[in-house]
Amino acid sequence: MSLVEETNAELGTPLVPLLPGSPNAPLARPDRPRSRGRLIWRRLTQTSRFWVGAIAIAVILAWALLGPVLYPFDAIERDPLNMGLGPTQLHWFGTNGIGQDLYAQTLVGLQKSLVIGLIAGPLGTMIAAVVGSVAGYLGGAVDRVLVWCINLLLVLPSFILLVILSPLFKGLSWVFLTVFIAGFSWMIMAQVVRSQTRSLRDRDFVKASRYMGVPMHRILGRHIIPNVASLLIIDATLGVVAAILAETSLSYFGFGIRAPDVSLGTLLAEGTSAAVTRPWMFVFPAGVLILTLFAVSLIGDALRDAVDPTSGVNRD
Amino acid sequence: MVFYIFRRFVNYFFLSMIATCLAYIVSSLALDPAAKYYGRNPQPSQQTIENILNGLGVNPDVPVLQRLWDWLVNIVVHGSLGTGVNGVSIGDQIISRAGVSLRLLLIGSLIGAIVGVTLGVWGAVRQYKLSDQVVTYGSYLIFATPTFVIGVLLMIGATALNGAAGMQLITFTGEYSAGLTGSWGELALDRGIHLLLPTIALVLIGAAGYSRYQRSVMLDVLSADFIRTARAKGRSRNSALVRHGVRVALIPMSTFFAYSFGTLVSGSIMLEIVFSFHGMGEFALNAISQNDINAVAGTTLFVAILILFSSTLSEVLYAALDPRVRN
Repeated sequence: MSLVEETNAELGTPLVPLLPGSPNAPLARPDRPRSRGRLIWRRLTQTSRFWVGAIAIAVILAWALLGPVLYPFDAIERDPLNMGLGPTQLHWFGTNGIGQDLYAQTLVGLQKSLVIGLIAGPLGTMIAAVVGSVAGYLGGAVDRVLVWCINLLLVLPSFILLVILSPLFKGLSWVFLTVFIAGFSWMIMAQVVRSQTRSLRDRDFVKASRYMGVPMHRILGRHIIPNVASLLIIDATLGVVAAILAETSLSYFGFGIRAPDVSLGTLLAEGTSAAVTRPWMFVFPAGVLILTLFAVSLIGDALRDAVDPTSGVNRD
Repeated sequence: MVFYIFRRFVNYFFLSMIATCLAYIVSSLALDPAAKYYGRNPQPSQQTIENILNGLGVNPDVPVLQRLWDWLVNIVVHGSLGTGVNGVSIGDQIISRAGVSLRLLLIGSLIGAIVGVTLGVWGAVRQYKLSDQVVTYGSYLIFATPTFVIGVLLMIGATALNGAAGMQLITFTGEYSAGLTGSWGELALDRGIHLLLPTIALVLIGAAGYSRYQRSVMLDVLSADFIRTARAKGRSRNSALVRHGVRVALIPMSTFFAYSFGTLVSGSIMLEIVFSFHGMGEFALNAISQNDINAVAGTTLFVAILILFSSTLSEVLYAALDPRVRN
């Protein structure tokens, strides 16, 4: 079934006008055609990947929030009788060399990594939306300068830039790290938003608002951004993955979260030195991290297919 | 075509040079080269510290732009990247380390690109079959795994393998076994085995990205009319797929190569550190922790030149594949 037919069928408008009383006539016609948002939602909820990812991430979020409450040990407390032990009924993920419980530590690290990812991902998307739409809408010199800046930031890998900047947020809290990660993750999406805006700018409804004297920020907010919203939602979702990857990598190499704060990255850094002799110190935090990111990227991928059925896996 | 590539090269050249200058300014502001001397006991006199900092060209009292200018003049006139805090020329240090990094990066990204493109084409041709699903979900799993975790998991796997085999089949710490003597061939084999695990990790990362992109581009191409025309003319299925399909699908890929190369550079830098190679990754790490501005600037210059060459190469590839660009 081609995209056009599928869309028409889903919008509730039959391709061949049906005569009343014919055997194919629908019993009840929908009152009005479905909006694009509902169409996307319907396509989304029909994919199994979305449900697998959504349920998994819901479970992980609930676990990160409630897990520590339902568990007798906390992340700092030391159990001198059970030092460096593998997983037992008492310590579910085992303990580290000084007897701290790894299950409790993993949950605390998961919380921190999730918070950073959930803030930095959407924040990066917001920057991309503002820069991209302003550049595309204004055009001319502003556009050239912004595109040039984007290309400049793309030349050096953002991980290296973050490492160079890391002494700046050394003594500051993790909030600054979050802002820095967001500040270096918007460039490619800004280019996408810019090219979309350039084509939207000359559409009649945008021209009409412009000639009526609607100020730019309102045109962008009311007409341009809603038209690229689906792209932004995908980017924000996949941005969460990218931000958590950036945070764990930076923290792992000692440039991100620092003691006494704990994130999955610092836990993995501690676990690496013992990865061969005490694999549980590495495998459990790594497994939780991979599971989380995998679930989020399944949702992001299902979203992409729902927004653009000609992309990715679900193509006919 | 030569003019087109030259124009793109000049564009990338200026971008990477400005990026390096910005990195110099940022690192000058972020790093504090004097901190190390104030922490010493007995503390050197203010004059001594000033002299050392001036000698390195990193005195924070001199305006940043002045220092940047001196740094650039030094590169152009003397071909020197300055001196590190350990008193050794940055250029010499980079030259002795660059080989280690380039070996891993070039072998890894080349094999990664070949494997990725092949898997992508294969997945597109066998869409929805089991093999396609396995490749798809496998690449999602790799996307969801930080580079260093892939490296450490490979290490754990290799240790288990060595234990099962009862001998050191795969050695993975450092670039070569210390103190090993033997013929040229034995030494080369030793280095090859040490290179194995990080290369596998880099290939996995590269192949995951390239295969997804190649698959989606290839699916677009497969439904295009010119494939059907080629088949109708009597070309065999494979010939139509390769001569008309893959060739066209590689055109957008060439741009993607340039974009993704930065990811591979940072990935290989992380892998070098994980596998304790004495490459540019370790160099950058030490530079940051020792507040060595010249070394950080040298590292970014190195990375910028790599990106410059890979971008130009992808433009050459683009021009070679797409006849419209050549005129």
